[in-house]
Amino acid sequence: MTAIAWQRRRATAARFWADFRSHRSALAGLGILVLFGFVAVFASVLADPAGLDVTKATAPAHAAPSAEYWLGTDQNGRSVLTLLIHGTRVSLIVGLAATAIAIVIGTIVGIMAGFYGGWARSTLMGLTDWFLVIPFLPLAIVMATVLGASLLNIVIVIGVTSWPGTARLVCAQTLSVRERPYMERARALGGGDWHQMTRHILPNVMPLVLAHVVLTVSVAILSETTLSFLGLGDPTRPSWGYILDNAYGTGAMSNGEWWFVLPPGLCVVLVVLAFTLVGRALEVVLNPRLREGP
Amino acid sequence: MRGYVLKKVGWSIGTLLFVVVFNFFLFRLLPGDPIGLYTRGRNMSPEQLIRLRQQLNRPMGEQFVEYLSNPFASAINSTRFNRPVWEIIGERVWPTVLLVGTAVLVAALAGVWLGIRSGWRRGSRFDRITTGTTNTLYAMPEFWVGMMLIMWLPFFPSGGINSVGVSGFLATSVDTLWHMVLPVTALAIVYLAEYTSIMRASLVDELRQDYLTLARAKGLREDLVRRRHAVPNALLPTMTLIFLNLGFVIGGAITVEYVFSWPGLGLLTAEALRGPDIPLLQAVFLLFSLGVIVFTLLADLLYAVLDPRVSTR
Repeated sequence: MTAIAWQRRRATAARFWADFRSHRSALAGLGILVLFGFVAVFASVLADPAGLDVTKATAPAHAAPSAEYWLGTDQNGRSVLTLLIHGTRVSLIVGLAATAIAIVIGTIVGIMAGFYGGWARSTLMGLTDWFLVIPFLPLAIVMATVLGASLLNIVIVIGVTSWPGTARLVCAQTLSVRERPYMERARALGGGDWHQMTRHILPNVMPLVLAHVVLTVSVAILSETTLSFLGLGDPTRPSWGYILDNAYGTGAMSNGEWWFVLPPGLCVVLVVLAFTLVGRALEVVLNPRLREGP
Repeated sequence: MRGYVLKKVGWSIGTLLFVVVFNFFLFRLLPGDPIGLYTRGRNMSPEQLIRLRQQLNRPMGEQFVEYLSNPFASAINSTRFNRPVWEIIGERVWPTVLLVGTAVLVAALAGVWLGIRSGWRRGSRFDRITTGTTNTLYAMPEFWVGMMLIMWLPFFPSGGINSVGVSGFLATSVDTLWHMVLPVTALAIVYLAEYTSIMRASLVDELRQDYLTLARAKGLREDLVRRRHAVPNALLPTMTLIFLNLGFVIGGAITVEYVFSWPGLGLLTAEALRGPDIPLLQAVFLLFSLGVIVFTLLADLLYAVLDPRVSTR
């Protein structure tokens, strides 16, 4: 019995991979993500964390790229490359953690709304619509100001403000799953609400959520960059937005210090683009209805 | 139809109330001493502090009723500018409307055109290049685009709305236009990505419709099928989404205005949070939310008028 189940799962995974592989842009995106993931994991090996300490910086400030400092130095004489490598870690962690929060809230709200219907649905979806209407960045700014600047708070702010999209998606999907025959079977066999929601609805909703998760990460990383750029990030943990904030604050643009402005932005663009490409491909693979037929 | 309008208006009022309540309680969640935060960097006599504290010591309900009575006309002073918040905001509205309006207009026209071109010949070289470009543009933070423009196009003014010493209506207008070039470009580049993909997606949705087959069957040229039949139908959802995207537009305006020191609401927001200037931040947030709610309502109503297929019951 279990052997058959595993065989089937393996076959499904193989089919999924073959389908995914046919999207060349998604493979490129995956490659970029693997590369940045590697940098994030081995950040401390690639660049000495002591280089982040302003008091230990020995290089001249605003120095152009040289053999020793490949991407020059910032206003305190820290190597921009070191900041960039450690920024990768911060940006990825914030993006992933905030997405996790958003997905958990969105999935719970969506499943409850879709499963119970009626009043629960009107109330929960009304709340979701309200959150969708509130402009995202001003809300995030206000919350970040109220909570104070720290890495955890940035994660919370982005997570708490980006769940409505997930909730809507999950609710719509739950509504269609709820009416399927196997749900009737589960009810007839005496399965309670909790059992139905966790054992039947959740596994059937998850594949669609997966594609949405990947797209949410890209938005979360962009939001983190924007908030850090506005000075709401954790000053002790430099992220890409923090580097750009420093570059702007010390007039790097008018001095033509391209090494200070260009690389952090390029990293953001590459990672966000990679997540977007992978997410779009996943959407098409997991939901064939989205395929743009001839 | 009347029921539909009433329903939409009612929903907007409900949302507005939600935002007001949210705005009130969020700032009551401030960690630490609220008085300290409100009066940071200002000299206040002990009597003034005691009066403020008494105000905050009253029951929450009472404070809320007072807040509800006039969230807009409130005589609260900004802690940074030491003037009533709504007076400061009033001066800053028009630069933002000018900047964002121009950028949205430029981006919408170009985006719709690009979306039609790439959606109609889906899978073509042009389509692949456009889609790839819009995906990349979409991944760019607006403020970074602005910073790169300042760095690489130094002959354009990098900040402000007017140069010092320019006078006369005509000279000032030309000077403002000159200052607008870079910020409008930065905003338009990022909005363009959004609008192109929306227009492309709605045109692709129309491609499978039977009425296009009919139009071709009766012998219309391909060009006319596109212009007279597909595009007008695809434009409807695009117009609505452009309206609905206003929240997204505001986010871009904040950082771009900050980078270019454009004296609008976005720069005001950035200035308010450096304090932080809580009363000002609260008012700006309320105004932004109000703007999005009003435009969402307009989009809903416009859609119902323009597209008879929308159920208005």
